[in-house]
Amino acid sequence: MKLHEYQSKQIFNKYGIPIPNGKVAATPEEAKQIAEELGSRVVIKSQVLVGGRGKAGGIRLAKSAKETEELAGQILAMDIKGLPVRKVLVDEAANIDVEIYLGITNDRAAHKPVMMASAAGGVEIEEVARVTPEKIIKVHIDPLLGLRDYQARDIAAGIDLSRDHWRQFIHITKGLWNAFIDCDATLAEINPLVITAEGHLLAVDGKMVLDDNALYRHSDLAEMRDLDVEAPSEIEARRHGLSFIKLDGNIGCMVNGAGLAMTTMDIIKLFGGSPANFLDIGGGADAEKVAAALRIILADPNVQAVLFNVFGGITRCDEVAKGILTALEEVKPNVPMVVRLVGTNAEEGRQILANANMVTAETLADAAMKAVNVAKGVNL
Amino acid sequence: MSILVDRKTRLLVQGITGNEGYFHTVQMVEYGTNIVAGVTPGKGGEWVLDGKVPVFDSVKIAVEATGANTSIIFVPARFASDAIFEAADAGLGLIVCITEGIPVQDMMRVRNYLDQKRVRLVGPNCPGLLTPDEAKVGIIPGDIAISGKIGVISRSGTLTYEVLYALKQVNIGVSTCVGIGGDPINGTNFIDCLEMFEGDESTEQVVLIGEIGGTDEERAADFIAGQMTKPVVGFIAGQTAPPGKRMGHAGAIIEAGSGLAMDKIKALEAAGVRVARHPEEIPSLLR
Repeated sequence: MKLHEYQSKQIFNKYGIPIPNGKVAATPEEAKQIAEELGSRVVIKSQVLVGGRGKAGGIRLAKSAKETEELAGQILAMDIKGLPVRKVLVDEAANIDVEIYLGITNDRAAHKPVMMASAAGGVEIEEVARVTPEKIIKVHIDPLLGLRDYQARDIAAGIDLSRDHWRQFIHITKGLWNAFIDCDATLAEINPLVITAEGHLLAVDGKMVLDDNALYRHSDLAEMRDLDVEAPSEIEARRHGLSFIKLDGNIGCMVNGAGLAMTTMDIIKLFGGSPANFLDIGGGADAEKVAAALRIILADPNVQAVLFNVFGGITRCDEVAKGILTALEEVKPNVPMVVRLVGTNAEEGRQILANANMVTAETLADAAMKAVNVAKGVNL
Repeated sequence: MSILVDRKTRLLVQGITGNEGYFHTVQMVEYGTNIVAGVTPGKGGEWVLDGKVPVFDSVKIAVEATGANTSIIFVPARFASDAIFEAADAGLGLIVCITEGIPVQDMMRVRNYLDQKRVRLVGPNCPGLLTPDEAKVGIIPGDIAISGKIGVISRSGTLTYEVLYALKQVNIGVSTCVGIGGDPINGTNFIDCLEMFEGDESTEQVVLIGEIGGTDEERAADFIAGQMTKPVVGFIAGQTAPPGKRMGHAGAIIEAGSGLAMDKIKALEAAGVRVARHPEEIPSLLR
C-alpha cells in the first residue's frame, strides 16, 4: 500500500526528520489560506500516487497567496496519468543548495533491508542506478540489530557529505530507519533530502510503501489507503477475499492459485488471445466466493468469454461448480464459457455443470485454445 | 533416495488442532507420512486422529518426547514467525512453513536468525514437499505424482500440481517435489534445491518452475551454468503480468524494471535450460 507524500512526510516528522512547513488543501481557497499563513514563496504539489508529477505540471512554485490560489485551482482540476488530483500539498519553498537521495528498501537477494544514499538526489534513483551506479552507496542493515551508528557515518562519508552536516544527517538516517521498521514499510524514501542555503537538512519530498501483510497491526495506517489507484472491481474483489487485477483483454479468467492464474493468462496470450484479468480465488474457495468472482469478471464490458481453470487440491471442484451455477442463475451472462476442472472431485464438478451450456476442456492448452476461439465468436 | 523428506522423516505438526492443520494432518497420515506429534499451546495432553497422535504445549517438549526431526507449520500469519523461531530453538533440522501472509519484516528477522543456526526452512507461503511413496510434508495432493527420477522445484502451488499431473499423464515420476514458496523472503531458494538434486543419486533431471519478481531464477541460471551436470527444464509464469502489480503472491511483482519473466527466461536459456512455453510442454522437454 502506497502512502501519499504528505502522509509519508508527516510520519517522517514524527521520527524527528525535519520537513518544510506546510499543509494539505482540497480547494484553491484552502491553498490560498495556507500560503497566507506561511507568508513566503510556496510549492504547490499534487498528491497523486504516480511518479512524474513534476513533468506533468503537477508541481508549481507560487510567489504570492493569490498566485497559489490560481495554480492550486489548475492542479486540482488535473488528471495525472489517469488519476484525479484531489489534494495538493502547499509547502514553504526551500532555498535549495544541495540535493541528496536517502532511502531504505528490502533487498530480497540479501534477505536484509538496505539503506541507499546518493549525492545525486532529486532524480529517480532507478535512473541513477542505471546511468551511474557508482554514485549510490548501499549499506545492508541486520534486521536483528538495526542501523548502527558507524553505518550511518559510513553513508555520510560515502556520499562526501561535508562534516558540518554529519550530525543532522545521522539523526535523519536513524529516524528513517525507525519509521521504516515501526510502520512495516517496504520502502521509505526521501528524495530529495536537501541542504538549504541556511545550512539545514530538510526532507522536501517523501515516499512510503507499506507491507499489506502487516497492516493488521497498523489500523491507523491502513485507513490512509487511497482507493483511487485501484479499479472499483479490485476493491470489490478484496472485500470478498479475492486476489484480482484488471487487465485490458477480453477473456475473463477464474483460476485457483496465483502461479496457475498467471500461467492461464500467459497461455491465452500464447494462443493469440488477450486476458481480461488476473484472478486467484484462493485455496478452498466455496460457492459464495466463486459467485462473487464471476460477478466481478462479468461486470467488465470488455469480457467476451470466460475461462475457468481449476486444479482441485484443497479447493474442491464440486464446490467451485456449485458456485458457478449459483452465479450463472444470478448474472445470466451472454458470453460463452469454457471450463476445465482437474483434481479433487473433478468428476462430480463436471456432472454439476453438465447442463450449464459450457464448453468443456481436458488440458490447459485445450482450454486456452477454446477460450481464444469462442472469444472470437467461433461456435464450438 | 530423495531430498529433504523420506521414510525416516518424523514429523511434528505445529497448529495441529486448527482447521487447516488438522485437515492436512489427516491427508498426510493417509499418504503414509510418519507424524509423531502435534503442537498447540494450551492443548498439551490431548490426542488427535483417534488417539494416534499426541498433542504437546511446546515444540521443545514434543521433540524430547517423540524424537521428531521435522516440523510443518499451519499457524496463522500473525503467529507464524514465532512458531518458526520456536521450532528452530527446539533444534529441529527442517522446518516447513505453509502459512501465507507473514509480514516481510518478520520473515527478514526469521531468516537472519536461522542463518546463524544449522536449520533449513522451506517456505513460507508454500505447498511443502512430496517424495512420492515415502512422505508428504505439506498440502500437495498425493495422487497427482508418481515416484521417479525428476526433481521438481517451484515457487508456486497449484501450478506445481499442474506440472506434476502433466508428468504423471505420460508416466514420468518424481524423486522429490519442493515448493519453496511465493514470498519475497523465504528459507530455501532454487540454488539450495538444485545443489541437493545435483547430489541426489535418484534424481536424473530437474524441473524448475519460477515466476516474476526478484532475481532468484537469474541466480539459479548462473548456478546451473557453472555447477549443474544434470539437465534442467524450466518454466516461468507471469509473461503477461503488468509491472508494479502484486500477482497474488507477495513476491510476484515487477519492481523498478526488475523481476521480468523475459529476463528470467533469457538467463535460463543462456545457461542451457530448455524453457517450456506452457506447463504441459514440460514432459516433452525432458530427455
